Amino acid sequence: MLGYLKQQPLMLVGGGIVLTIAFLAVFAPWLAPYDPTNINVRDILMPPSWQHWCGTDTLGRDVFSRMLYGARISLAVGFVAVGLSIAIGVLLGAMAGYMGGRMDTWIMRSTDMVLCFPTFFLILAVIAFLEPSIWNIMIVIGLTSWMGVTRLVRAEFLSLRSREFIQAAESLGVSPIRLIWKYLLPNAMGPIMVSAVLGIAGAVLVESGLSFLGLGVQPPDPSWGNILTEGKDNIQLAWWLSLYPGLAILITVLGYNLLGEGLRDVFDPKLKS
Amino acid sequence: MLEVRGLSKTFQSGGLLSQGQSKKAVDDVSFHLHAGETLAIVGESGSGKSTTARLAMRLIDSDDGEIAWQGSDVTHVKGKALRLQRHQIQMVFQDPFASLNPRMRIWESVAEGLRVHRPDMNKQKRRDAVAEALQQCGLSDAIMQRYPHQFSGGQRQRIGIARALVVKPKVLVLDEPVSALDVSVQAQILNLLKELQQTSNLAYLFISHDLSVIQHIADRVLVMFDGKVVEQGDVVDVFAKPQHDYTRELLAARPITHPSERISL
Repeated sequence: MLGYLKQQPLMLVGGGIVLTIAFLAVFAPWLAPYDPTNINVRDILMPPSWQHWCGTDTLGRDVFSRMLYGARISLAVGFVAVGLSIAIGVLLGAMAGYMGGRMDTWIMRSTDMVLCFPTFFLILAVIAFLEPSIWNIMIVIGLTSWMGVTRLVRAEFLSLRSREFIQAAESLGVSPIRLIWKYLLPNAMGPIMVSAVLGIAGAVLVESGLSFLGLGVQPPDPSWGNILTEGKDNIQLAWWLSLYPGLAILITVLGYNLLGEGLRDVFDPKLKS
Repeated sequence: MLEVRGLSKTFQSGGLLSQGQSKKAVDDVSFHLHAGETLAIVGESGSGKSTTARLAMRLIDSDDGEIAWQGSDVTHVKGKALRLQRHQIQMVFQDPFASLNPRMRIWESVAEGLRVHRPDMNKQKRRDAVAEALQQCGLSDAIMQRYPHQFSGGQRQRIGIARALVVKPKVLVLDEPVSALDVSVQAQILNLLKELQQTSNLAYLFISHDLSVIQHIADRVLVMFDGKVVEQGDVVDVFAKPQHDYTRELLAARPITHPSERISL
């Protein structure tokens, strides 16, 4: 396993980024040099310095501290939204792939219909009706991103069902629930994991986008997206307000993508053996 | 033990909008299998022999015909009632690399049938029964905690046989059980099967395209061509005096392995 990881340097980089950001997010209260919501009118729009590593914003708040807390929001949204979408996707995909027939047709045609909606605009429309809050964002992102997982799980189940060990279990009289839980799902876990990791990257991007448009995390709570909004308003005065949160989003998404692509390569040859 | 009458199955291809084509994979197949005997089904790829086996196992539903296990009609039994009857007839599969769950330990895979058919057994008793079945198949019980990828094809096939035998079936359906193995390993597995048949009085439905294997193991043979049974009878008779053209062709195409069988020109 370790030897295999050495052949995947990009995946190690991705994993390192993911772990580092998770560490920063979890320990934000101890790592942040300032209170992220503490307004200080004497230090408005200070450029990066030893006191404020990433400068300060229009209300004199420390951008580095705000970004640490923003990482918490991004990751929380990523994990909860993806958890929800995986749960829905696995449930529907398993039903379609295992039962087949009419159930399969119904589930897959409905999935195709949901896929026809442009997701981001659907989310915008839904959020416009709801109160913008972190919980609403998590749920809405989760409810609009399960289609890929459904298709993936169904395809995996269909290809697994023709394998002889599934037929062996059926001829032994193994119950359908146990067949799904102990035979089909464990053998489909690799692709599901890959899709989850890549899904987190997507969810982080959507959350940032929503917060940037003012429909996501509401000030004074910090988020990478709403720091960027301030950056846009003051781009000629304070480049640091745009650069650092932008980089944070870029690196996080890159990290999850590298990790996901690496995992895909790890799982692929193994499932065939 | 196993009786099948007028079994037919047609496979449809094509989707929602297209009409698609239908292929009659199994057409009016009948046979019966007595305790302790071996009936071989022989035929080329696509002749319907594997489909016949899966129909007899009730792994796929037949369009027409009747199936009886140990005298009781199971043609229309479904769901849990069917699952609970499955211990009577078990199957060994062709590909030893695809027939074991890669994510389950050996002992769990073998114990799977006991969970369904012997709910009275606790974990310790299941382990003992698994160890016994593995031993019967020439495997040490030290392998119980391992995973399938750690074994060779021949060993996996032994595990597959142990998994089938642990629920004490009366009939074993063997779907080309040795065709994926090396010749030397083939002989070992065939000898094991013969031995098990004698000790447990098992009836075998032996699917194969290899005539020398059939000659070695079967009592009776059923020749299938294009979904139909074209000939059936004792192995000795069919091999000596084939009645149907297809059987003659099949026998003529067989590589001659023993010098005494060669016809001098």
